[in-house]
Parts: sequence; structure tokens; C-alpha cells
Amino acid sequence: MPDQQELQVQQKREVERKPESTVPARRFLPVTDIFETGDELKVILEMPGVGKESVDIRVENDVLTIEGQVDFTKYQGLTPLYTEYNVGNYARSFELSSKIDQERIGAELKDGVITLILPKAEKAKPRKITVR
Amino acid sequence: MPSFTDPFEALFSLQRALDARRASDWLGGGTAAMGSYPPINVFQQGDDFVAVVELPGVDKADLQIEAKENTIRISGKKTINYGEGASIHRRERVWGVFDRTFSIPIQIEPDGIRAEYRDGILALHIPRAESQKPRTIKIG
Repeated sequence: MPDQQELQVQQKREVERKPESTVPARRFLPVTDIFETGDELKVILEMPGVGKESVDIRVENDVLTIEGQVDFTKYQGLTPLYTEYNVGNYARSFELSSKIDQERIGAELKDGVITLILPKAEKAKPRKITVR
Repeated sequence: MPSFTDPFEALFSLQRALDARRASDWLGGGTAAMGSYPPINVFQQGDDFVAVVELPGVDKADLQIEAKENTIRISGKKTINYGEGASIHRRERVWGVFDRTFSIPIQIEPDGIRAEYRDGILALHIPRAESQKPRTIKIG
């Protein structure tokens, strides 16, 4: 039964970055699903601990970049006793093809999961060709 | 002088070293709790404990938390709905059922546990049992 499979922990992958950042915090690649329906592409990223106000989504030179900041102040006054996962910010970029209508990209955040809706440009929508 | 030091760094480098040893399979097995879903970090806050659990994309209604004596059980399910007729380009997220039990090595107040789920993070505030708190003894 597909929905009865047991969940396994995934190890976080750290971003391999070239330019150095100015803040000495870790950055991880958010786990991402990308799928396509008839007239849109959906990009879903898991960024646990990232609130609505600390997500930055932008498109520059056809590259879609999503960054999420974790609120480290929540960990103040806490002494780690036992840890199984690392905490850090999230960042990931994707190249967009010309098939995406960059003006109409929408995003929503729920339970630490960001859903980006990338509508296809009119010319890229599937069309049926009738045989005459 | 850097004013910010990563508070996790020292601990994580130790953890990484331990994990590397575990990955070498030299000792075999390892602790049964490692690798279970969801991953848990446990912190101490004053006299009490805070367990921080990463559960992104889990609906609050699908999450059950039980506490008995010094044992806490977190169970539930995570579902992903791709919708009808979606063609998948990249699939990295995982879904399914989970059931994890962990215990705190001291007496806790199971009735006093406060759970908070926000932005995909479950935080459990676990108070230490009154009987475990240090007390001052007056000399009569």
C-alpha cells in the first residue's frame, strides 16, 4: 500500500557555494519536488523552521532563487544535549526556461513547505493538433 | 573578532566524527534510535528540556503526541498530493507513516508537556518532575 510506507530520515545536503557568505551560518539545500501539470510547473521546497517573513524568492537572469532564513534566536538559552540534525538557512536556485511566464510566479508557505506555482507562458501550453 | 559563533559547530563535529565511525560499520548496529523518522534534537533550558522535531509538511491533524512517565511517542503520517495527471520532474520529498518513541533519562512531568507546531517544526517543552528539582536543605 503506497501510503503505508515507513518514513526514513534524509540527510541534509549542504550547499556547495562558490562565493563566501558574510554570515558564518550554515546553508542547506531544501528537499525539492518539481512537477508539471497542463498549464503550470510546481516547485515544492521543504524549509522547516522558516517563517513567511523570512523567505526571499527572486528571479534574476532567468534563475529562480529561493532563500529561507531560520530564526536562530529561538535557540538562545538552549543547551544541546542530543542532536540528530543540523540547523541552518536554506538556499536553492533553478534555471528557468523561456516556457515559464516569469511575471506570474506565485508562492505560498504552509507548515514549513513552500509551494511555487510557475505558470507556463501561452506559447508553451500544450495544444492539441487536429488532423485534417 | 567574530561576534557570532555557531553554537552547534562543536557538537556537530563530534556528532559527525561519531557518525563517520558508525558508517564504517566497525562497531556494527549503532543505537537503534538513530536514523528513525522524525529527527529530534534535545536541548536543556534551565531545569527543563525542549525537544525540537523537524516535520515539514505534516498537517497538525495528522500528528499524535503521547506522553507516559518519561517516554514520549510521536506518530502520524505525512501525505503528498501531486494532483491528477502531474508529470514529475524531480522527486526528493518523502512521505509515509512514522511512529517514534524516545525517553528522557530523568523523571519528567508528563502532564506538563507543552507542544507547539509552527512552520514545520514541532517543539515539545518538557518540564522536569518536581521531585527531581534540587532543593535547599536547611540545617535545623
